[in-house]
Amino acid sequence: GSGGFRKRKHDNFPHGQRREEKENVNPSSALMTSFKSFQLELDTRHDKYERLVKLSRDITIESKRTIFLLHRFISAPNGEEILNESEVKLDAVRWKIKQVAQELIGEDMYQFHRAISPGLQEYVEAVSFQYFIKTRSLISVEEINKQLIFTAEDREETTNMTSNSHDKQPHTWSLKVTPVDYLLGVADLTGELMRLCISSVGNGDIDTPFELSQFLRQIYDGFTFIGNTGPYEVSKKLYTLKQSLAKVENACYTLKVRGSEIPKHMLADVFSTKTELIDQEEGLP
Amino acid sequence: VPKKCQKAREHFGTVRTQMESLKTKFHEHWRFVLQRLVFLAAFVVYLESETLVTREAVAEILGIEADRERGFHLDIEDYLSGVLTLASELARLAVNSVTAGDYSRPLRISTFINELDSGFRLLNLKNDSLRKRYDGLKYDVKKIEEVVYDLSIRGLNKEAVVGA
Repeated sequence: GSGGFRKRKHDNFPHGQRREEKENVNPSSALMTSFKSFQLELDTRHDKYERLVKLSRDITIESKRTIFLLHRFISAPNGEEILNESEVKLDAVRWKIKQVAQELIGEDMYQFHRAISPGLQEYVEAVSFQYFIKTRSLISVEEINKQLIFTAEDREETTNMTSNSHDKQPHTWSLKVTPVDYLLGVADLTGELMRLCISSVGNGDIDTPFELSQFLRQIYDGFTFIGNTGPYEVSKKLYTLKQSLAKVENACYTLKVRGSEIPKHMLADVFSTKTELIDQEEGLP
Repeated sequence: VPKKCQKAREHFGTVRTQMESLKTKFHEHWRFVLQRLVFLAAFVVYLESETLVTREAVAEILGIEADRERGFHLDIEDYLSGVLTLASELARLAVNSVTAGDYSRPLRISTFINELDSGFRLLNLKNDSLRKRYDGLKYDVKKIEEVVYDLSIRGLNKEAVVGA
């Protein structure tokens, strides 16, 4: 049978023949030539992907820092300064997004979307947080994308571009945040708003929690409309959103029921234990 | 506040309508079918000419754009996946050729597969699905080598060379 035969094969298999055959492959045959170009193409694509991942990480970090900054707005006397500083930070993030958009000119967005999606979601979270603090409303995805239209303003930039490219380079280009990234960013925003609610109570502000509660409820309603028809990530965020909303509603309840009993300066204490618990849950250091 | 409520709801309405036209999901659905089609095209071309079909030729056969364009296009990774499926099928063909008494075809398949393997060795692949499929190529190579070996120790390949 073939089983017994195979044992002998291992001893006598002409490895020399195999090596010889491989050496006979013509390195400049049509097939090899096309594979060499495949190598180049794949390497180029992978390099671009890595560059985008790095940019996305930078975008994430700077957006997160902006969010931390904005949290200080509530308790700070210099709110105006903080808002201005946040704008500067977000401009820096938009500069990175501009580079992302540049990398993506002429490329199929889908392939690289996974590289940049986390960064964009974090940016949506930061910019919508800032927008909420300023206007008490939710920024639209159109409004976000309006800020992501870039032009080649410096003469230096333009000459670089035209000397490097064979085709005509566009002088304006943009990045469109996808609806999915927008939704996921907004979902993360609700977590920040929940924290805002708790911290504002700690500052003796008993109006903000109720405003936030209403606002969050609207967002929640919007999300339930989409329900499970969206991608998996949205459903996951929906669950966290429900929890954030519940926390805010409980805070409002506590204020309502016990607010009149507790002197304002002690309100902070009532919520301090709650905040600790929440921070533990969220895994914050 | 009611004004702001309305605005928030409107925004979600826009988002909803945009979700309908998500292209990303669409692309993933078609990947498997596309790779299968590449394989079939490559197989036909191999049987006709014993060469590897080029990417451009496949695109022409399938009636799609070879280069990057919005929507349907033949991605290099889909092309390569289809080619790897061809390798597996050729290993099978080699075996069945012998059974059918054709002793020369396996030799030619062997040469072709070795060249294909050398080509793939040039590529720097990431740890994705293409890489996993490429890992299967060595088993195809081995199988074909075994067929060639079986023929050579029985002297059957010499017959084939003389006959060809």
